[in-house]
Amino acid sequence: MGAAEARLFAEEGATVVVADVQDEAGAEVARQINDSGGSARYVSLDVSSEAGWTGIIRDTVQADGCLDVLVNNAGVGGGDAEMVDFTTQDWDRVIAVNATGVFLGTKHAALAMRRSGGGSIINISSIYGLVGAGSGAAYPASKGAVRSFTKAAAVQLAPDNIRVNSVHPGFIDTPQTGWMMADPDIVRTLQDRTPLGRIATPEDIAWGVLYLATDESSYMTGSEFVIDGGITAQ
Amino acid sequence: MGAAEARLFAEQGATVVLTDVQDELGHKVAAEIAASGGVAVYRRLNVSDESEWEETVGWVEAQYGRLDVVVNNAGIFSGRMGRLSDYTEQDWDRVIAVNATGVFLGTKVGARSMRRTVTSEVRGGSIINVSSVYGLVGAPGEGPYPASKGAVRSFTKAAAVQLAPDNIRVNSVHPGFIDTPQAASLMDDPVERAALVERTPIGRIGTSEDVAWGIVYLASDESTYMTGAEFIIDGGITAQ
Repeated sequence: MGAAEARLFAEEGATVVVADVQDEAGAEVARQINDSGGSARYVSLDVSSEAGWTGIIRDTVQADGCLDVLVNNAGVGGGDAEMVDFTTQDWDRVIAVNATGVFLGTKHAALAMRRSGGGSIINISSIYGLVGAGSGAAYPASKGAVRSFTKAAAVQLAPDNIRVNSVHPGFIDTPQTGWMMADPDIVRTLQDRTPLGRIATPEDIAWGVLYLATDESSYMTGSEFVIDGGITAQ
Repeated sequence: MGAAEARLFAEQGATVVLTDVQDELGHKVAAEIAASGGVAVYRRLNVSDESEWEETVGWVEAQYGRLDVVVNNAGIFSGRMGRLSDYTEQDWDRVIAVNATGVFLGTKVGARSMRRTVTSEVRGGSIINVSSVYGLVGAPGEGPYPASKGAVRSFTKAAAVQLAPDNIRVNSVHPGFIDTPQAASLMDDPVERAALVERTPIGRIGTSEDVAWGIVYLASDESTYMTGAEFIIDGGITAQ
């Protein structure tokens, strides 16, 4: 999903810093963007490392002058074990990436944005930050954390002209969900649960993320941007 | 606010049919849009009257062949900022008729037309219902207004679920405090205005354009996976 967002932002003229722990895939996305006339570079970043964040933001501001937008997109699933079978190790790992990562990204981006006069931070939550998930434990907890943390950040950072919103995708066809999307029975079940009757593409989400980054949404902060084909409207 | 939406849709290339009961104003906005190169016409429509909706939508179909987007924007306050106990049943009925029944009828008649004229795998219809932050959280004054806006919120979700098989999307928009002619009594009073700014984390009153951009987004193909969502444009009020 991050790849689709990076491409769309680059198409709209943004200078994009792609960050991930999957160095090969990340570098490839940046290369493709540059090849098609956009401007992107890849930086290796473990989002749960504060030192990593300090470094990437410092380097970005040094290279590009300022940071306008941060998309906290990194997320891991943690498997679909039932709550009662979920281990503390798995819990810690998912919380570290999905929740702590969003906290650290928001914190360090906001410090940079304060200096340059404002910005927009977009945190990817999930429908499972809104309604109960049928399996897992840490994933829904982490996504709920993103939802509430986003609202607190929105209130606290509004005086600095920094907007913070959460995005809540439904079922999306991404490499990360590939194992589900490869199973026709699972796909059918997910489609049946989605009023619009189809699985989302990464682009469906990327458009919303882009909208929240633009001046067209300059009066939106602390809101929940739900892009779920109607799942949570049921 | 409807005027800003009409202008923005026209700028984006839409053929706009403006409707209202304020004929003079409606004609003026349509003429302004036409003068600046857009396509807009004004037609009188009392949104709480089903036969007028039928007539309007029938006219749109005859004239343009199809209906892609309906923005149910018409809304009124009761005009009293009193306590609940001060409201009469007449106040209630009048506000509900425009704000809630109007949205029901616009969605119903609009969706029927979309089913006939635009629904397909490639391009569906989009209905955008303007609710309010007071469809989400408690309002300090007013009684019928928040009730009507809560009705819009829940009705929108039901409509989204029911119309999804036809590829018709239905979303609600929840503005915070917006500087519109209708809110002039509040916005022109420096003390009231300061209090509203104070309650808004972003620290300013919204403009009609702030809301219009969100509505255009929901009408566009960029939001084809959004339905039944609450699009909150409130400067952070309800995040508190």
